[in-house]
Amino acid sequence: MTKRRRYTVGALAAAVVVALVAFGRPPKAAATVRVPAADGEIVESLPFAANDPRRRELAQLRRTLAHDPKNLAAAVRLARIDIRLSRERSDPRHLGHAQAALAPWWNNPEAPTEVVVLRATIEQSLHDFGAALADLDRVLARSPDDVQARLTRATVLTVRARYDEARADCRRVGEPFAAVVCETQIDSVTGHAKEAHERLASTLDDAARISRDEREWAVASLGEYAERMGDAAAAETHFKEALELDPRDAYVRGAYADLLIDGGRYGDAIALVRDYETNDALLLRLAIAEKKQGAPDAPRHVEMLGARFDAARARGDSVHRREEARFELELRGDREKALVLAKANWEVQKEPWDARILREAEKR
Amino acid sequence: MKKLVALFVALAAVLFVLPASAHKPSDSYLTLEVDGARVHGRWDIAVRDLDYALDVDADGDGKVTWGEVHGRRAEIAEYALARLALGSCVTTATPDALAIADHSDGAYAVLRFDASCKQSIERLDVDYRLFFDLDPQHRGLLRVDVNGTTRSWTFSAGAPSTEIDLADASRLRQLGAAIREGISHIWHGYDHILFLFALLLPCVIRTSLKDVLRVVTAFTVAHSITLSLAALDVVTLPSRLVESAIAASVVLAAVNNLVPVLRDDRWMAAFLLGLMHGFGFSSTLKDLDLPRSNLLVTLFGFNVGVEIGQIAIVAVFVPLAFAARRSLSYRRLVLVGGSLAILGVAMVWLVERAFVVRLLS
Repeated sequence: MTKRRRYTVGALAAAVVVALVAFGRPPKAAATVRVPAADGEIVESLPFAANDPRRRELAQLRRTLAHDPKNLAAAVRLARIDIRLSRERSDPRHLGHAQAALAPWWNNPEAPTEVVVLRATIEQSLHDFGAALADLDRVLARSPDDVQARLTRATVLTVRARYDEARADCRRVGEPFAAVVCETQIDSVTGHAKEAHERLASTLDDAARISRDEREWAVASLGEYAERMGDAAAAETHFKEALELDPRDAYVRGAYADLLIDGGRYGDAIALVRDYETNDALLLRLAIAEKKQGAPDAPRHVEMLGARFDAARARGDSVHRREEARFELELRGDREKALVLAKANWEVQKEPWDARILREAEKR
Repeated sequence: MKKLVALFVALAAVLFVLPASAHKPSDSYLTLEVDGARVHGRWDIAVRDLDYALDVDADGDGKVTWGEVHGRRAEIAEYALARLALGSCVTTATPDALAIADHSDGAYAVLRFDASCKQSIERLDVDYRLFFDLDPQHRGLLRVDVNGTTRSWTFSAGAPSTEIDLADASRLRQLGAAIREGISHIWHGYDHILFLFALLLPCVIRTSLKDVLRVVTAFTVAHSITLSLAALDVVTLPSRLVESAIAASVVLAAVNNLVPVLRDDRWMAAFLLGLMHGFGFSSTLKDLDLPRSNLLVTLFGFNVGVEIGQIAIVAVFVPLAFAARRSLSYRRLVLVGGSLAILGVAMVWLVERAFVVRLLS
């Protein structure tokens, strides 16, 4: 009865009432509960395949630490493996596991150097750049020639746009090849992308004994420099080569997808990231390319991304602000929200994409 | 050195790639429903995390089956509940209640439990220790439902316990929600507003502010009485009758302005017809899905909200009308024209509601 009496305005009023009721209450998070019918039904696939040797090694190390939590060698080894896995799989759970391995030293400023370096790595991965820098300062005060700490600090300082200090760190890296990559990265974001590209390309040509990982790192960097100097064709060649060297590198895949999207090649971008829906950053590119192309899957992927950002926000994470700003701007079209996120993100990190998303949010 | 550099390459990539994770960090979702001295719990814990803690994947094939989870249900419940303390309440897993819920990042085991406490819970101390030893980035997302309102909290390794004051906060929130509903109802319920206008139009011309107050008070008292009676299920009337009667009350009030029957006793009309409006409010209140557990608070709040909304309308309308009442055009245009317009609208409502038809769309 009540519904009939107010016509259109009534419906509007009802909407207002619903909005008021909903206002200020947390979302009902509860997912639907089900009881699987058969014992054999697979409810979850674990990240390790059957008899993965790394799973056995991790289990062995965890057993060792269970009996002897202060076993430094086992803790450091376990933390290194987990940090590496967190990168390979884009799975932050491994960072938590690495932190757990280092628990006996986690709050101790005087912890052994190798622990402090790993701690700094985990902190920067969680975007706690202040804590990471403090730990790296500590390490470098103790051992100024620690290559890994120098490189890591240069990277963090570059992200924070403290280029002069970053460059000083690069110059003190004892490994010549790494030092060149380190320094050209700063050049490439401070208006000298062309010079950076030339220098790194010739260094790479001359480099005789570098590992596959180092080569991939350099080639991927060349791709970014080429993109920054506006040479899309060269950038594409580099990104392709980097992906051949390491198909698991999600960062390169994302950068390559951005290049394709900027070039209007949405179909190619979709093909590049289609199989990586589990990775938020790549799902973001997939949804953007699909939306621009008008693909039917776009709404579903936008919704998926929204659910993931909601879940991250529910736990109090702010690591995803760059991606979320882009999500709001390009997929949801909420400029105000995008601008707030882009500004907050800019306070934390200042890489080219951070600047770009801020600029675009302000412009629109 | 080479090794170090290789590792750094990996580390540098972590920095850039990290926001990328469907694989989100580890969370559990804990929902507590407080009901007097009992607490009903639902705890969604990621199957991946349970495997990490308890090796649920018994055959090590990388696939966790329902049988593997269900077979370990007692152990899972014991492990989890040993890491959750609810004040001095005693928690017990509901036997055989384990189930699965699919969240955005994978399957979660759903554990149900009950906690019995010594007395009705006014303040709940929650101490949460699940998984912090295995993953310091783990978070416990708590949601507490009490009296239909919700509180939430996020546990972390650095903040593993909280104290939730259930009594005051929930009553206050409930009251606030009810007041909001009351205000929005009067603002969006055009029949109530038109009824008020119809009563107030002549008040302003012929008599004084005192009469305005008398009319408004009579209307308020009347609808408060019937709203309470209906909300407490003492008296209930069919809604078709109530809605038709409300429309009729507006018709009568408008007709009385054009062909006065009651003049100085207009407050009596306000009272008698206001009784009908109270029944109308009550049906709205029931439709709104406001917390029923503490009906008196809700009822009081809704009523306060209705009065606030009504006073706001009167406070705007009356000064304007008083300012304009000496002019001849007011009498003609506003009183006669306004009453005719109200009459027309109310007639349409009356026919629609009485005969369940639709005249205007």
